[in-house]
Amino acid sequence: MTSSEAFDAVVIGAGHNGLVAASVLAKAGRKVVLVEAEAEPGGAARGETFAEGFRSPGLAHVLNRLHPEVIAALDLKSHGLAFGEPAPTAVLDRDNGPLILHGGYGEEVEGLSAGEAAAWGELRARLFRQAGVLKPFLVRNPPALGRLSHGDKAFLGSVLLSLRRLGREEMREFLRMVLMNVHDVAEEHLSDDRLKGLLAFDATLGVHLGPRSPTSLLGLYYRLAGEAAGAPGGQVVPRGGMGAVIAALVRSAESAGVALRTKAEVRRILVGDGAASGVALADGTELRTGLVLSAINPKTTFFELVGAPHLDIGFMRKVGNIRMNGAAAKLHLALDGIPAFAGLGEEHLRGRIVIAPSSDGVERAYNPSKYGDFSREPVVEVTLPGLADPALAPQGGAVLSAVVQFVPYRLRGGWTEARKAELLEASLALLERHAPGLRRLVRAAELLTPADIERRYHMPGGHWHHGELQADAMLFSRPVAGSSGYGTPVEGLYLCGAGAHPGGGISGLPGLNAARAAIRDGESRKRTSFGFSILKRSLSEARP
Amino acid sequence: MKVWDAVVIGAGHNGLVAACYLQRAGLDVLVVEKNDWIGGAAVSRSLTPGFLYSNCSYVCSLFRPEIMRDLELPRFGLQVIPYEGGAVFTQDGDYLAAYKDHHAHRREWARFSPRDAESYDRYSRDVTRQCRFIQPLLMRTAPDPTSFRPRDLSELVYLGRRFGEMSEDEIALTVRFWTMSISDFLDEYFENDVIKAYLALSGIIGTALGPMSPGTAYVLLHHYMGEVDGAVGAWGFARGGMGAVTSALARSFEASGGTVRRNAPVEKVLTADGKATGIVLEGGEEIRARRVISNADVKRTFLKLVDEADLPEPFLRRVKNFKIRGSSGKLNIALDGMPDFPALPPNSPCLQGDLHFTDSIERMERGYDDWKAGRWSADPFIDMVIPTTLDPTMAPPGKHFMSVFVQYCPPKLEGRDWTDADRDAFAETVVSQIADYSPGFRERILHMEVRTPRELEAEVGLTEGNIFQGELTFDQLLFNRPVPGYAQYRSPVEGLYICGSSTHPGGGVMGAPGRNAAVEILRDAREKNRHVSPAYDVL
Amino acid sequence: MNVMTSFQAEGQTRRAAQAHIRKLKRESPFHPRLAALMQTGAWYDWGGNLAPMSLWEEELEFFAIRSQAALFDISPMVKYRIEGPDAEAFCNRLTLRDVRKLRPGRVHYTAWCDDEGFVLDDGTLFRLAPDRFRLCCQERHLPWLLDGAQGFDVAIEEETEAVAGLALQGPTAFSVLRAAGFEGVETLKPFDLADFLHEGGMVTVSRTGFTGDLGYELFAQASQALSLWDRLWDAGRPFGLRAIGYAALNRARVEAGFIVANADFVTAETALRADRARLPDEIGLGWMVDGAKGHFNGRCAILAAREKGGARHVLVGLEVEGNVPAEHALVYHRGKKEVGLVSAAIWSPTLKRNIAIASLRRPYGDTVLDDLWVEIYALRELQFAKLMKRAWVVPRPFLKLDRRTATPPAPF
Repeated sequence: MTSSEAFDAVVIGAGHNGLVAASVLAKAGRKVVLVEAEAEPGGAARGETFAEGFRSPGLAHVLNRLHPEVIAALDLKSHGLAFGEPAPTAVLDRDNGPLILHGGYGEEVEGLSAGEAAAWGELRARLFRQAGVLKPFLVRNPPALGRLSHGDKAFLGSVLLSLRRLGREEMREFLRMVLMNVHDVAEEHLSDDRLKGLLAFDATLGVHLGPRSPTSLLGLYYRLAGEAAGAPGGQVVPRGGMGAVIAALVRSAESAGVALRTKAEVRRILVGDGAASGVALADGTELRTGLVLSAINPKTTFFELVGAPHLDIGFMRKVGNIRMNGAAAKLHLALDGIPAFAGLGEEHLRGRIVIAPSSDGVERAYNPSKYGDFSREPVVEVTLPGLADPALAPQGGAVLSAVVQFVPYRLRGGWTEARKAELLEASLALLERHAPGLRRLVRAAELLTPADIERRYHMPGGHWHHGELQADAMLFSRPVAGSSGYGTPVEGLYLCGAGAHPGGGISGLPGLNAARAAIRDGESRKRTSFGFSILKRSLSEARP
Repeated sequence: MKVWDAVVIGAGHNGLVAACYLQRAGLDVLVVEKNDWIGGAAVSRSLTPGFLYSNCSYVCSLFRPEIMRDLELPRFGLQVIPYEGGAVFTQDGDYLAAYKDHHAHRREWARFSPRDAESYDRYSRDVTRQCRFIQPLLMRTAPDPTSFRPRDLSELVYLGRRFGEMSEDEIALTVRFWTMSISDFLDEYFENDVIKAYLALSGIIGTALGPMSPGTAYVLLHHYMGEVDGAVGAWGFARGGMGAVTSALARSFEASGGTVRRNAPVEKVLTADGKATGIVLEGGEEIRARRVISNADVKRTFLKLVDEADLPEPFLRRVKNFKIRGSSGKLNIALDGMPDFPALPPNSPCLQGDLHFTDSIERMERGYDDWKAGRWSADPFIDMVIPTTLDPTMAPPGKHFMSVFVQYCPPKLEGRDWTDADRDAFAETVVSQIADYSPGFRERILHMEVRTPRELEAEVGLTEGNIFQGELTFDQLLFNRPVPGYAQYRSPVEGLYICGSSTHPGGGVMGAPGRNAAVEILRDAREKNRHVSPAYDVL
Repeated sequence: MNVMTSFQAEGQTRRAAQAHIRKLKRESPFHPRLAALMQTGAWYDWGGNLAPMSLWEEELEFFAIRSQAALFDISPMVKYRIEGPDAEAFCNRLTLRDVRKLRPGRVHYTAWCDDEGFVLDDGTLFRLAPDRFRLCCQERHLPWLLDGAQGFDVAIEEETEAVAGLALQGPTAFSVLRAAGFEGVETLKPFDLADFLHEGGMVTVSRTGFTGDLGYELFAQASQALSLWDRLWDAGRPFGLRAIGYAALNRARVEAGFIVANADFVTAETALRADRARLPDEIGLGWMVDGAKGHFNGRCAILAAREKGGARHVLVGLEVEGNVPAEHALVYHRGKKEVGLVSAAIWSPTLKRNIAIASLRRPYGDTVLDDLWVEIYALRELQFAKLMKRAWVVPRPFLKLDRRTATPPAPF
C-alpha cells in the first residue's frame, strides 16, 4: 500500500542525527517524515528503565561535541536546551589521589605538581592548536581527493594556510604528531601517570586501538575539536540530562514541521533505475519520495535496506570492509545512594570520573580484546546522570552509568550469562576499589555488551561510531573511499548518521552536513535536469 | 696535519656507499670503523671454522641496483642470487608454501582457501601499484614542507603531481597503506589465517609493532619495494653472505683511492664555531676533515658523539624523542647437515626460501604483547633461511649455515639489562620451536651464535639494537626522518652529515640513504655528482 | 559433523592436495591424447596448464579449421557453475547483457565490469537450466563472484578442473558429431546448447566457438574426457579431423574478429597502470550494455561516461596494405601523429588480406577514419625492415561464413 501523503523527504532513524537532518530539511521548506523503529525517538541517547524506578541515560551520558552550528540551525536553546557550566573530569588514583580537570579539557587541573602543570599547559595548547587545524573539516563535506571541486581546493588551501600560520616549528610538530600514538606523545611531554592514563583513555574511547597503536592520537584530536558550553574540549551534562537534549531536538523538529512516526520500522529503501524512490515500512506502507536520508548504520542501510541487486560489487566490498566491532560495554547501576569516590567532593560528581591507572594500564586493558577476550582490569568512565536528571532515580537513589573498555563484540566462545557476570564482577570490583562501599548500594545492575548494544540500538557490532573512527576511515574514506561524504551510489539516498563524516558522538554534524548536501544537490539537479534527456539519448544510441 | 675532505664514521653499507660516491667525485675520503672488520650490519663473519655467518642482515633485495651499477659492485665481487618463496609450517602438520610459478602458487594457496588464492592477485596488484608510486621517492631527498626554498617547493610540486595523477581509489589505497595495520589490511583481501600470517610477516620484521598496530601495512611495503634484477619484491642471497655487499663497496672505495681505517672507534666529533672540523678517536688521536659524515644512528651520533651545547633545543629534544626500539634477536647456526622438516615434501624448493612457524596473526600479536611487557616472546616469530642451499661458499660441503631472525626481543628485560643466562634462555625458546618441526635439529647444531639487542648494540652500534636505525612509523618517515627540519642529511652543525638508515628512506640494506646523503654533500661542496645515476625509470 | 571432525577433514583434504607441486604445470584431462599426437614439442603455459601451441604443423592445423574439422582442448578455460533460485538475478547484476532474455538451452557472449565500468573480462554464459549457469572466461574471478553473491540465493563453484572442454570446429564438425552418434545435434542453432548421453554421463554440446566457422564446444566431466575424445576421434577420421594447437586457433579468431582478454585489452583487475583499464565502449563491447535492464555492475559509471564522453579509446578492425603482419605496430594519423596500437595482426590465409585488430585514441577510428598508417618493424636476418603502410578501418568480423549459421548445417 502506498501512502497517499506526499513527502519531499524521508529520514530513517530518529537518533540525534536523524532529528537534525529532518529539522534542517524541514527548515529549508521540505516536507519531511522522520521514521523510527522504536516507540521513542532518541537513538543511542534513548534511555530505558532497567530496574524498578531507575532509568538509564542511554549509551551517551555526557555531551562534549554538540556543534554550535547545529544548536544555532535548530535553535535548540529556545527549544529548551540549557547547559550549565562545563563539568569536571576526575581521574582516580588510590595512591596519589585524584586529578581534577576543569574547564575545556583541563584548562585548570587540581592535583598536578607545578612542573607537570606547566608541561601539561604546553602540551594542551599544542594539542588544541593541532586539533584546530582539523576542526574546519567537521562542518563540511569531506573533500573527495582525486575529484576535488574548486570549493574543495580553496578549502584545502585555507587549511594549508592555517597550518602555515602555526609557525614553522609547530607545523613540523603537527606533521610529525598527526599519525602518532597517544602513548608516545604523552611520554614525550608528561610524567604524571594519571594524566597520561586519561589521555590514553580518551584517545581510545570507542575505538579499537590501544594507546600504543600508531594513529591513536587522532581520537584525542577528535575530542578536542569538539566543544561544549563554549569550552573547546569541554563537556557538560545538560540540565535534565541527555533526555533533555533529545527533547529539545524533537521539539525543534516538530516546530519545523517534521512528521515524526515512531514504531515505523523501515524494511526496504525503494530503488528504481539507480535512484531512491521511497521506503517501505514493516507494516507494508510505502512512502514515496525521491529523497531518502538514512541516519542508521551504513551496513544496515546498504545490505539490508537497499540490497545487493541495486549496488555494485566493489562498493559492497568496501562497505563490508568497514570495521565495526565495538569494543566498549555500558554498565548501569541502580544505587541506594550516591557512592563516595575516594578523594572526590560532591562538586566533582557532576562530570565524569575516569578510572585508567596509566597509559600502560589502558594498553593492558586493550590487549585481550584483540583476541576476543576482556581484561579483568578494565578501564572505565563513570557518570552519575541522576544528578542532572532527577527523574532517572527514585528519591534517595542514584544511577551510575559507566563505559567499560575494552570489551569485544565477538567474545571467543560467545557471550553467555556467565561471561557477562564475570565482566560485571570485574567492573564492580574495580568500582568498589575506588568507591568503597559502592557494592552495598547496588540494587540492580544492567550490563550491555557490544552484542547487547547491537540488539537494543540496532547498531551492527554495537559500535557507537557506526564504524571504526580510525585514520583509514576518516574524511574522504568515510564511510568508504570513492563514495565519501553523504551521497551514495543510489541517487537521492544519503547517509546522515555517525557512519558518515565526521563520525559518532552527539555532534549532530553528520545530520547537518548531510541535509545541507541533499539540499545543495537538489538545487543543482534542478538546474541540470535536462541532463536526463541526454542520458536517455545516449542509451538509445548504444550500438546493437 | 692532514685535512681530509671528508671523514665517514662507520663502515656500514650506507657509510661506504656515501664514501664511494664522494671519493669518485674527487674528494679525499677516510672511513673510520670501530671494529676490526668492516660492514656494520652487513657482514659475513667466520665465527666457527669453515663457516661464514651473515650474522646481522641475512637477505638482499632492497639494495638499489642504481648503486650497484654506479659503484661497479659486481666488478668488486658482489653477486645476488634470487631465492624461491618459502613456507610457513602449520600446527596441524601441514605447511603453506610460496612458489615463484604463479599458478603453482595459486594452487598451493587454494589448498587453504580458493578465494584467497585468487585474491592474492588483486592484493599483489595493489601492493605493486603502491611500490611503483614509492620507488622513485627512495632516491630523492624528502622536501621540507615548511620551507619556501625553490628546491623544496619544486619537490613538493613533484609529489603533489604524483598524487594528482592518482584516482580517488588509488589515493585511498595510499592512505590505507600508510595508516592501517597489516592485519586489518589483509582482512580486506583474505579470509584464511595461515595465509594472512604468511603475508603479515613483512609488516612486522624489524619493527617494534605488532601486526595489529596501524602503520604496519607501510612496513610491509618497505619490505616489498626491493627487487632482484628488475623483479620487484624479489629477495635474494648475496653470494658469500651479506658481507659481500660491504666488501665489494670497500673494494670499490679503495680502488677509487679511498682509505678505510679499522679499529678506530670515534670518541667525539670536533667542532669549532658550530662547524664540524674533524673527529677524535678513542685514545685521543685527532683527525681533521672539512666535513664529517656519520653512518651511526641519529641518537648515537648526536647524543654520544656531538656536544649537546652545539645543538639547538628543538633538535636535541626531537633526537631524544626519536623512537629506536630494539625488537629482534638472531641465532646464527652452523649445522652438520640439512635439517629435516618432515612436513615438507622431499627436496622442496621451499627450503631455499624463508621458513616460518607462526601460522596465525594472533600468535604474532601475542608475541608483541610479550615485548610490550618487556619480555621476549614466549612463542616467537621466526624468519629462518638456509643460504647454503644456494650459496656453497658459506659452509663446508654438506654442512649448512642457518640464519634465524627472531621477533620479538626487547632491548631491556622488564627494565633491566640482559644477562648471559637470559640470552641462553632466549636461544632455548627459539631452538625448541624449530626442533618441534625438525626432529633431530639439536643434534645437528655444530655452533651457534645468539644475538639479542644487547649484542647488536655493543657490536654494531645500533642504539637499542634496532635494525632499521629507527622505527618506520609515519612520524619518522620522509620529511620526518630522522627529525623534522633535518631530513635532508644535514644537521644543525655545519659540515656534519648523517647518512645511515636513520635517514630517509630508512632501514634495510638499501644504500639509498648513503647515496642521497652523498648527493646533498656534493651539492653543498659545489661538486658535480656526475657519478650518481638518477633512480631508474618505473615504466 | 561436529566442528572438530570437520576441521580434521578439512586438514586431510588440504594435505592430500599437497601433491599438486609434483608437477609444476597441470595436465589437462586430454593430456594423454595430446601428448601422443605432439610432434613439435611446442607446449606453452595456459593458465598454469600444459597446452599445445602447435602439435604437428601450424599452417596445416589452421587449414584443418577452415577445410576439415579441428579439435582444440579448451579445458584450461576458467569455468564457474552458478546455481540457485537467484542465479538469473545474480548473473544479470554481474554482466552487461540482459540475462532474463537468455533462455535455458542458450548461450550468449557477454562481459562484466568493475564499479568504474572497466571491463573485468569477457566470456560466454551458458544457461544450462532455469536456475543453473556456466560462465566460461579467460581470467579468474572467484573472489569477485563470491563477493557479488552476497545478498543472492546462489551457489558459485569453480569447475575448471572438474569439467573438461573440447572445441570441435570446421566445415565437417557437424558431420563428425553426427557420425559420433550425437543424435539431434543438427537442430542446434548458433548459441543453442543441449545435453547428450555419453558413457552413462552427460555431455553438454553448444554450437559456439572461437573460429567464426561452423563449430561446437563440448563439456564433460573430466573423468569422461578421454572416452569423449576417442569417440570424436574415431568418428572424425573420414572427415579429416585433426588436433590443433593455439597458434592455429589464434589465426582463426583474428579472422573472426574476436578479442582476447589481456591480449587485445587489459582486464581491469590485472592492470597495474590504472589508465590501461577499458570501458566496454572502448573495446567494441558497447553493444552489450543494456541500460534498460535495471542495475548491473558498473552501470552508473558506464552511462555517466557515455554522457560525458568518457570513452577515450576505440577498438577497430584494420586492413593493412601489403602482406607483412602488423603485430604490435604503432598506428599513425597522416603518417605523423601516433594514435594507437595494433594488438593482433595476421596475414589472413582465408581472406588473402592483411588484417589487424587495433586500439585507437578517439576520435581516430571513431569519427576520423582517413589517412591512417601503421609502422611495421619486420625483423629479417637481424635487420629491421621498417615499413610505413596504409591502413583502413574495416568492419569486424573480417570473415563471415554462411556455414557458421546454416541450420541444419551442411555435411561439409
